Amino acid sequence: MTHEFDFDAVLASFDRLLQGALLTVELSAAAIVLGLAVGVLGAFAKTSGGVTVRALVSAYVEIIRNTPFLVQLYLIFFGLPALGVKLGANEAALLAMTVNLGAYATEILRAGVEAIPKTQIEAGTALGLSPLQIFRYVILVPALETVYPALTSQFTLIMLASSVVGTISANELSSMASLIDSETFRSFETYLVVTPIYIALAFMFRGVFLLVSRAIFRRRRRLQGVFGFGGAR
Amino acid sequence: MIRSFGWNEFLILLRATEWTILLSLISFAGGGALGFVVALARTAQHKTLRWIAVAYIELMQATPVLMVLFLVFYGLGLFGFDIPPLIAASIALIVYCAAFLGDIWRGCIEAIPKQQWEASEALAFSRWQQLRYVVLPQAAKISLPPTVGFLVQVVKTTSIASIIGMVELTQAGRFVNNATFQPIKVFSAVALIYFVLCYPLSLWAQALERKMNAGRRA
Repeated sequence: MTHEFDFDAVLASFDRLLQGALLTVELSAAAIVLGLAVGVLGAFAKTSGGVTVRALVSAYVEIIRNTPFLVQLYLIFFGLPALGVKLGANEAALLAMTVNLGAYATEILRAGVEAIPKTQIEAGTALGLSPLQIFRYVILVPALETVYPALTSQFTLIMLASSVVGTISANELSSMASLIDSETFRSFETYLVVTPIYIALAFMFRGVFLLVSRAIFRRRRRLQGVFGFGGAR
Repeated sequence: MIRSFGWNEFLILLRATEWTILLSLISFAGGGALGFVVALARTAQHKTLRWIAVAYIELMQATPVLMVLFLVFYGLGLFGFDIPPLIAASIALIVYCAAFLGDIWRGCIEAIPKQQWEASEALAFSRWQQLRYVVLPQAAKISLPPTVGFLVQVVKTTSIASIIGMVELTQAGRFVNNATFQPIKVFSAVALIYFVLCYPLSLWAQALERKMNAGRRA
């Protein structure tokens, strides 16, 4: 082997990689908030909408789940400008991530909503809660808690999947990596530095989701403690 | 003169789909073989083996598959191998899929009640015989729905091979788009072909799951 490793050229641009990582986190956070909103609306529409609405939501979910994220990204990045919608690489990336995550979140939340026993909803009605209150307190929060592990691993997956937006030259981590790669011609070293950054981000995401679950599902955990089931995982 | 997206362009996409299918099959077969070893290591009695399998699964699941692909592609290049994109993509996807399949199958092996191990041990089966004749046949049955479901992921993941220049379906889509400047038609057609490949697999996985749950409820 004749290759001499040279990390200096790559590490000289380390601050740019960190900026890229920051944008990856920002894009992912925005996509999570927006995708979750799409998911809540989608799950609501799919469980209590009319026939047409349910069919439309199902079509959206199945189309997204059965095509690659990269193709969805190209369709948005190359396709929307052809329709006269101007958008930059970062906006296209965020839109693609939101559309993709929204479909998975819809499916995951739907499963959670359908797992709520009908009797609980009836109990809510008997207590005089409004339909909106029932959706919020009786359906949404318990459903969220049931599917929380599946939902948050999907959040981490969309962050990892965002690495392909380097192909449309956004400014996030993978785009910065390919920029530095083309400046230094140190491809292997570049990705040897970038990969651990992604791994660190993935573990950081998991840690944050764990802390968030402790904060928002406190009440249930106390109940579980009473019955001796131990804490939430 | 600019070509427009017609039947001939669609045929180009279909020809490239053969490469997508080939890469999917290689990734699934190779990833399955390696994943089986990972699942066995993950559920082994040997502590170090288990620990190595855990580290492998955890690291792979926290790494973007594109980074695995780049490391394989540029890494093998350093050793003087001028490897074609198909080989680099195959190696990367095998390594990647093995971690996920290994984790899925670990769950299936662990789902088999401990008593099954104990009963076969009482019958003087060796550890390997317990695995071979008692645990794995039962685990294989419950592993079918998630494994078919994962096949969908494999097909979709092959699209990243386009990034290192392999002319599979997605890359063919980019070429045709560059020639026709009709991105909506071209990438919709690309998406449609992926959908036709993946949706039957998704439906099959769902049907298998329903069948299995029906058995459990009865």
